[in-house]
Amino acid sequence: MREGAILEMRGICKSFPGVRALQNVDFTLCEGEIHALMGENGAGKSTLIKVLTGVYPKDSGQIFLKGYQKAAVIRSPQDAQNMGISTVYQEITLCPNLSVAENMYIGRTKGFVQNWKAINAKADQVLKSLDIPATATQQLASCSIAVQQMVAIARAVDMDCKVLILDEPTSSLDEQEVEKLFRLMRDLQKKGVGIIFVTHFLDQVYEVCDKITVLRDGKLVGEYAIKDLPRVQLVSKMLGKELDDLSDIQSESETYTAEDAEDAIFETENLASTEGIKPFDFYIRKGEVTGFTGLLGSGRSECVRAIFGADKITSGTVKKHGKPVKISHPIDAMRLGIGYLPEDRKRDGIIGDLSVRENIILALQVMKGFFKPFTKAEANAFAEQYIKLLDIKTASADTPIKSLSGGNQQKCILARWLLTHPEYLILDEPTRGIDVGTKIDIQKLVLKLASEGMSITFISSETDEMLRTCSRLVVMRDRKVVGELSGEELTQTMIMNTIAGGEAKQCSPETIQ
Amino acid sequence: MQSRNNTVSELLMKLFRRQIFIPIAALLLLALFNLIADPSFFKITLGTNSAGDPVLSGYLITILDYGSELAILAIGMTLVTAASGGQDISVGAAIAISGSVVLRVLCGSNSRPETLQAPIIVAFLVSCLVAMAFGAFNGTLVAYFKIQPMVATLILFTAGRSIAAWINNNELPIISEPSFGYFGGFIPGIPIPTPVFIAVACMIITALTLRFTNLGLYCQAVGINDKSSRLNGLNPAFIKFLTYVILGLCVAVAGLIKVSRLSSINYSVIAKDIEMDAILAVALGGNALSGGKFNMTASILGAYVIQFLTTTLYKFNVQSDALSAYKAVVVIALVVLSAPIVREKLTALKNSLKKQPAAKEVA
Ligand SMILES: Nc1ncnc2c1ncn2[C@@H]1O[C@H](COP(=O)(O)OP(=O)(O)OP(=O)(O)O)[C@@H](O)[C@H]1O
Ligand SMILES: [Mg+2]
Repeated sequence: MREGAILEMRGICKSFPGVRALQNVDFTLCEGEIHALMGENGAGKSTLIKVLTGVYPKDSGQIFLKGYQKAAVIRSPQDAQNMGISTVYQEITLCPNLSVAENMYIGRTKGFVQNWKAINAKADQVLKSLDIPATATQQLASCSIAVQQMVAIARAVDMDCKVLILDEPTSSLDEQEVEKLFRLMRDLQKKGVGIIFVTHFLDQVYEVCDKITVLRDGKLVGEYAIKDLPRVQLVSKMLGKELDDLSDIQSESETYTAEDAEDAIFETENLASTEGIKPFDFYIRKGEVTGFTGLLGSGRSECVRAIFGADKITSGTVKKHGKPVKISHPIDAMRLGIGYLPEDRKRDGIIGDLSVRENIILALQVMKGFFKPFTKAEANAFAEQYIKLLDIKTASADTPIKSLSGGNQQKCILARWLLTHPEYLILDEPTRGIDVGTKIDIQKLVLKLASEGMSITFISSETDEMLRTCSRLVVMRDRKVVGELSGEELTQTMIMNTIAGGEAKQCSPETIQ
Repeated sequence: MQSRNNTVSELLMKLFRRQIFIPIAALLLLALFNLIADPSFFKITLGTNSAGDPVLSGYLITILDYGSELAILAIGMTLVTAASGGQDISVGAAIAISGSVVLRVLCGSNSRPETLQAPIIVAFLVSCLVAMAFGAFNGTLVAYFKIQPMVATLILFTAGRSIAAWINNNELPIISEPSFGYFGGFIPGIPIPTPVFIAVACMIITALTLRFTNLGLYCQAVGINDKSSRLNGLNPAFIKFLTYVILGLCVAVAGLIKVSRLSSINYSVIAKDIEMDAILAVALGGNALSGGKFNMTASILGAYVIQFLTTTLYKFNVQSDALSAYKAVVVIALVVLSAPIVREKLTALKNSLKKQPAAKEVA
């Protein structure tokens, strides 16, 4: 083993039917280092981690751990845990119907008799020290995904570990929480814990990491010290080509201009749902891109869910072209030409065991009707078209969607809604878990669709993404709309101020009755 | 030679990975066993029955004949399992009810009528309505009240046979009209048992339904993830409800065959334990009992595997009360062998066996 290394993987290979996910990959983690694992969607990052932690058996290769003479045999996540490797997987693997404390301590306690009172107290203490807004006895399913993510992190961190693995832990966190996580990581680093950190956010890599290992198409590209690898080079190493320029994407897209562009296509009046949002007014014009912004839990997702009929509406109306319409189920919204890409991909988006093809055509099929199934050829044509358009990496259209990498699953769900050709498309965190190259492609696509007359609502935790695509932003705080920004006001600081409530600007008259 | 070997083993591997492999393998295994034990098992003879009509007889015919009800139930049970992630354990009791309804309509007020009091088709349609209503009852509990399927259907499982007896005032009606016996026996002049035709008709209708509607896709989607199904415009509760109603229809058809076989009914014995066999058929077909993806052909084959097993055991004079014990042993073996974990291990074992000689060659 290399000097100071606590973990070494040598010549790891892993194939799935139709894909060679890892080909002869080496990876070394040293004591007290934060090591970024980077690569495009489907590059094999999660697979490498799952092989390391015994979720998948490896086809060949060896794993060495500090303190063990021979190659380590890790057959299950439990083995890995016992050897001091604790992991937060990309898809949250906790049990939603157990309490927060049970989730944190399950599989770690010894013996049959448990003092749950003591465990709950301990859990509360950990939650408090990490500032997680949850209580030990709360059912996990009742927490937002961000909180669930934090609980998963808390569980991993609370274990006495030598290696900590975080697979895209920050994809659903906002800036404050990411800061908290980084502080935590640095503390552990000082104690000599080695951390493997997977993310698609380049800023975060340059903020906390010491080293970067890049994978591309299941092969090792190389290991680099952070100071030797400037951003541009990192991206080209990941993609295998130069990245398009980020800055000019707004300018190259023309805005939609038609005479009917002035009227709102969809409007809401005093809309509120069972999810506890304050009644809100909102409108969107043809060919417009709007956004909802606010901290996590500010109710931005709940607003769009209410428009789509995903939650039960308690008051208010939705109007299309000024005429009130009734949306009590998602199917009503779909018939009116609304599409909705949900925030939580695993829970609300994918249908895991169904094939990529079936997942892509599902929404359109449901709209077409029970008695009119697409023929195999039609379905295949649709699937192939979008697999190509969005560059979805999959062995075939028949592969179950759950075996795709996280980012590629997201692309399938996006494809599903693009296929329905909605008049109004709601995208809640469409770029979550998507790699840098594709992120830009998606933003471009959004602008292109808008220029062709589609109205789009775009929600993202990354403010600069919203600034680049949206022409109007609705700002939310505490489940209430607190302002609306457009034109010159669309700046990072202005958004921050409005969210914080500093210069809370009143909603423009159009949106308030 | 080498390459030929490879393609054959590749083909086998492909088949091995397919879901339908399990019931096919089980069927072949049972056939092989019988072939060795007593080849006369496969003999089919053309004889005449008491009425002087030509009929085919033999163990294979018995399997096809008596497997019909099970195959028909397996169709409905597969859909229920896929969509609701649970099973209906009341089908046996429901068959008693629907059979009882058929007899009641045919007999009117007299339990031993000289002539039928209503056309058979009417009796059958009434029993369809009743069985679908009971299916709807189960479906409502499961889909709208969100009660575990096993618990929800336990109600009818317990009460069903009493309801069946109550429908006929606890009498045992007997139908003397011979044409009523055709459905569970032979139509004069046709040597193949009628239940076989009924089962085939059900299979064809099922195949057409799955082909020309989205029933299969919707059931699977709802069974895998009902939250995201809803966001795709489906109505998960209604689809679950619908599968129970469809199972009710299957129950009515199976009930007609059952009462027709006897031209009478025995409330406590008719279709006894058939729910377990139907659930096993689904499981043997390699379908997850927790719902989601299904393979209808495999389920139906699974039903015939179970009937094959039952008939084989009868042939070897296993006492009928010991039958379930023997069956359990075989079923455990089959289910364990078909479990994904075991199959993965077997595949790995096979791969390592294949690798070893290759490695030796290199050395
Ligand atoms: N269980 C599985 N069965 C079949 N193929 C799989 C399975 N898991 C992963 N793959 C395939 O292996 C490849 C690598 O996937 P992996 O999840 O490791 O990507 P990733 O680098 O984590 O991507 P992302 O950034 O999107 O999370 C993908 O092509 C994926 O389709
Ligand atoms: Mg991944």
